[in-house]
Amino acid sequence: MKKVIMGNHALSYGAMLSRAQVIAAYPITPQTQVVELLSEMCADGTLNAKFIKVESEHSAMAACLGASLAGARTFTATSAQGLALMHELLHWASGGRLPVVMGNINRAMAPGWSIWTDQNDSLSQRDTGWIQFYCASNQEVLDTVIQAFKVSEKLMIPSMIVLDAFALSHTYEVVDVPDQDKVDAYLPPFNPPFRLTPDDPHAFGGLTSPEHYMELRYKLQKDMEKVPALVEETGKEYEKMFGRYLGQVDEYLCDDAEFIFVTSGTAGYTARVVVDELREKGIKAGNLRIKLFRPFPFEKVRSILSKVPKVAVVDRNISYGHHGIFYQEVKSAMYGQPHQPVIFGFITGLGGRDITRDTFKEIADYALSKSQAEEEIVWIGVKK
Amino acid sequence: MTKERKMTLTIPKEELMSPGHLACQGCGASLAMRLALKALGQRTVVCIPACCWAVIDGPFPHSSLDIPIYHCAFETAASSASGVKAGLEMVGDTETTVLAWAGDGGTFDIGLQALSGAAERNEDIIYACYDNEAYMNTGIQRSSATPLGAWTTTTPVKHYKKHPKKDIIGIMAAHRIPYVATASVAYPEDMVKKFKKAKEIKGTRFIHIFAPCPAGWKSRPEDTIKLARLAVQTGYFPLYEVEYGEKWTLNLKIKERKPIAEYLKLQGRFRHLKDDEIAMIQKEVDANWERLLKRCEQ
Amino acid sequence: MSKKKEAKKIVFNSEKEMPIVAMSIGSMLYNKTGAWRNIKPVIDLSKCIKCGICWKFCPDASIDIIDDWPQINYDYCKGCGICAEECPQKCIVMVEEEK
Repeated sequence: MKKVIMGNHALSYGAMLSRAQVIAAYPITPQTQVVELLSEMCADGTLNAKFIKVESEHSAMAACLGASLAGARTFTATSAQGLALMHELLHWASGGRLPVVMGNINRAMAPGWSIWTDQNDSLSQRDTGWIQFYCASNQEVLDTVIQAFKVSEKLMIPSMIVLDAFALSHTYEVVDVPDQDKVDAYLPPFNPPFRLTPDDPHAFGGLTSPEHYMELRYKLQKDMEKVPALVEETGKEYEKMFGRYLGQVDEYLCDDAEFIFVTSGTAGYTARVVVDELREKGIKAGNLRIKLFRPFPFEKVRSILSKVPKVAVVDRNISYGHHGIFYQEVKSAMYGQPHQPVIFGFITGLGGRDITRDTFKEIADYALSKSQAEEEIVWIGVKK
Repeated sequence: MTKERKMTLTIPKEELMSPGHLACQGCGASLAMRLALKALGQRTVVCIPACCWAVIDGPFPHSSLDIPIYHCAFETAASSASGVKAGLEMVGDTETTVLAWAGDGGTFDIGLQALSGAAERNEDIIYACYDNEAYMNTGIQRSSATPLGAWTTTTPVKHYKKHPKKDIIGIMAAHRIPYVATASVAYPEDMVKKFKKAKEIKGTRFIHIFAPCPAGWKSRPEDTIKLARLAVQTGYFPLYEVEYGEKWTLNLKIKERKPIAEYLKLQGRFRHLKDDEIAMIQKEVDANWERLLKRCEQ
Repeated sequence: MSKKKEAKKIVFNSEKEMPIVAMSIGSMLYNKTGAWRNIKPVIDLSKCIKCGICWKFCPDASIDIIDDWPQINYDYCKGCGICAEECPQKCIVMVEEEK
C-alpha cells in the first residue's frame, strides 16, 4: 500500500511491520514522531508490543537490552545527545550480542544547541560494535529496518538505522508500505540462541578474565565480518519479495566514471543531480553513496573506486584533529590497492547547513581543477 | 538428651545460592542473597549491576546462583529489570519474578534516576538494595548511604562523613509504590516473610536490606549478625514497611533501644569518634526514630 | 539446573569451544573456598539443640543438614565464625586450622 509519510514514520512502520515486541524510548527532537506513532500503534492494538516510557535514553537502551535478553524483539529511536547518553550501553548491546534495532536521527552535537543535521552523533559511535546503515529516502528507511532485524538477529549484532534530521526525518515522501504477511514471510519471529529464563538458568555478562575476554571480542569481529555478505543476501531476497534491492552502497553512474563523489545520507541524492549536470557538460561523473558504514564495505568500495582517477569524499562530520570520517575510511580502504585514485576530502554541511547543488558544483570544480588536494581538509562553505 | 528433637527450620530449606562464591568472610551481602532467594524460589530472574555481587557470583563461565542472572550496567538495575519483565511477558512468561539486586551505590547514587523512573511507572519488579554503606567493591569509598561519622577511603578520619545517610525509604515511599520495606540479615524470618509478601504483590516493590561488610566496616567477620541486630536494636536501622506510601508499620517494636555507642564501638570505621560526636549521632538516631514512630502511629 | 551443579572448573582452550557471549555454563562449586580458612568451626553435637541458627546465618551456605544434624562443609567454609558466635548453646568452637 502506498502512503505519503515522513522519514520518522518510516521508522515506525518498519518497526511495526517487523513486529517489534518491546519498545523503550525517550523523546528528543527530531526523533519524537517515531515514538509518538509507535505509542499510538501500541495503544490501539495495531502493534502488539510493550512500550516502556522511560525517563532517559540510557534507560531506554537498558530496557531494550533486558527485553532482548529475555527473548523479545526490541526497537528504539533517538538522536544526538540521546545517543551520546546511550554510549555505554551501545557497547553493552554488541558485547552482550543483543540484536536491538535503533533509529538514529542525525543531529549535530551541542554546544551550541543545535537540532539540525550532521553525522557526528552516530559516527562518534562507530567503534561500539553496531551495524550502521545511512539512509537516503523514506522508502529505504522503512525497508532497511526490516532487513536490519533479519541481519542483526542472524548474527546477534545490533543495528542502527541512521537518517538526516529534517532533510529526511521530517520530509514526506511516497512510500510503499509492504503487506504484513509478506514481511512475516521475510522476517521470521526472533528465536535467539540464548535467553534469560528460569527454565535454563545462565548468568550473562559476568566477570570475564583476560583468559577469555579476547576470544569473545574475536568472535564479535568475525561475525561482524559476515555482515556485508549477509546484507547482499538479505537485500537480494528483499528484492525478490518486494521489488527493491537493499545493498551495502548505492552506485549512480559509477561504471564508466572518471570522477566520483562519495556521499552518505540525503546528500547522496543531491549529488546525483550534479552528476547529471556534469555529464551534460561531458564530464564522466558518478556518485557512490555509502549506505553500510559499519562494517565498512571494503570490497564494494575498492571494486568501484579502483577504476576511477579522482574521488571526492563529502563529509558532513569531522574527527577533530584528523579529517572527515568517510574520507579517512575511504583512504584506508584504498591504501595499498594496485590502482589508487586521487582522493580529496571535503567537509561541509555541519550543524544543518544545507548541502546544495552549488556545494557539489564547488566540490567538483575544486577536484577537477587540481591534480592533488592542497590540504587534507577542503572546507566548503565556511565564511572565512 | 536432644536426640529426639527435630531440626528447627524457620526459613525454607531450598538453597539457590551455592557455596564457592567469591564473597569475603562474614559477608552480609551474600547472606542477604541466600535468604532472598529462599523466599523467591527458582522462578526468579535477577538483574545485578556493578556491585559486590557482580564479583561474588563468580567469573565467566561460572555462576553461584541457580537462577538466571543478567549482569547489567551500574546505573541500570531498575531499567534493565523493567525491560526483562516486558520481554518475558512478550514471550509468554508472566509468572517469573523479576528481581533487581543492587548495592547502595547503585541504588542511592548512580542508579537512583532509573529506580525513580521504574517506580513512577510502577514496573512489576522487586528492587532489592543490599546496603553495606559504601562502595565496597571498589575499596570502601563513601556513597550517599554512608552514615554520619563514618570513615571511608574518601572520607578520611580528619574529614569523616559529615552528612547523614540519604533517606532512601522516604524517597521510595514518596513514589507511592505498593510496597517498601526494610530488612536485615540478622532477622532472616522477617526478611523471608517480606520477600514472600513482595512476591505476591504486583507493581514496584522496594526492599532495603542492611548488610554489614567486615572488610569495609573494619569489623570482625563473626560480628556480622551481631552488628545487624544491634543496628535494629539501637533504632539505627528499624524494621518497618510502607504500603502505597501511606500505611507505615513498624515490624519490630523495640521497647528499650540500646545506645548507638554499642553498635559503633564494634566497628573500626567509627573508632575516631569522640564522645560528643557519638552524642551527635545518638541525637540523629533518636530524631529518625521519633519521626518513624510518628509515621507508624498515623 | 543439574548441569550447573558439577564442581568442575571450565577452561576454554579455543574460541571455538566458547559461547558467543559471556554466559555461565558451570557452577562456582569448583571453587573450594575452604582453602581461605585460618580457623575452623567444630560442632559439639552432644550439646546441639538443633535450633538451625548456625545453618540459617551461614553466608556461604556451608552448613548442611545431614540426617537432621548440622554439618560443616569444610570444602567451602571460609571460617568467618558467625556460626560459633551465634550458636545459643555455644557448642561450636573455632579452632586453629592445621596447615
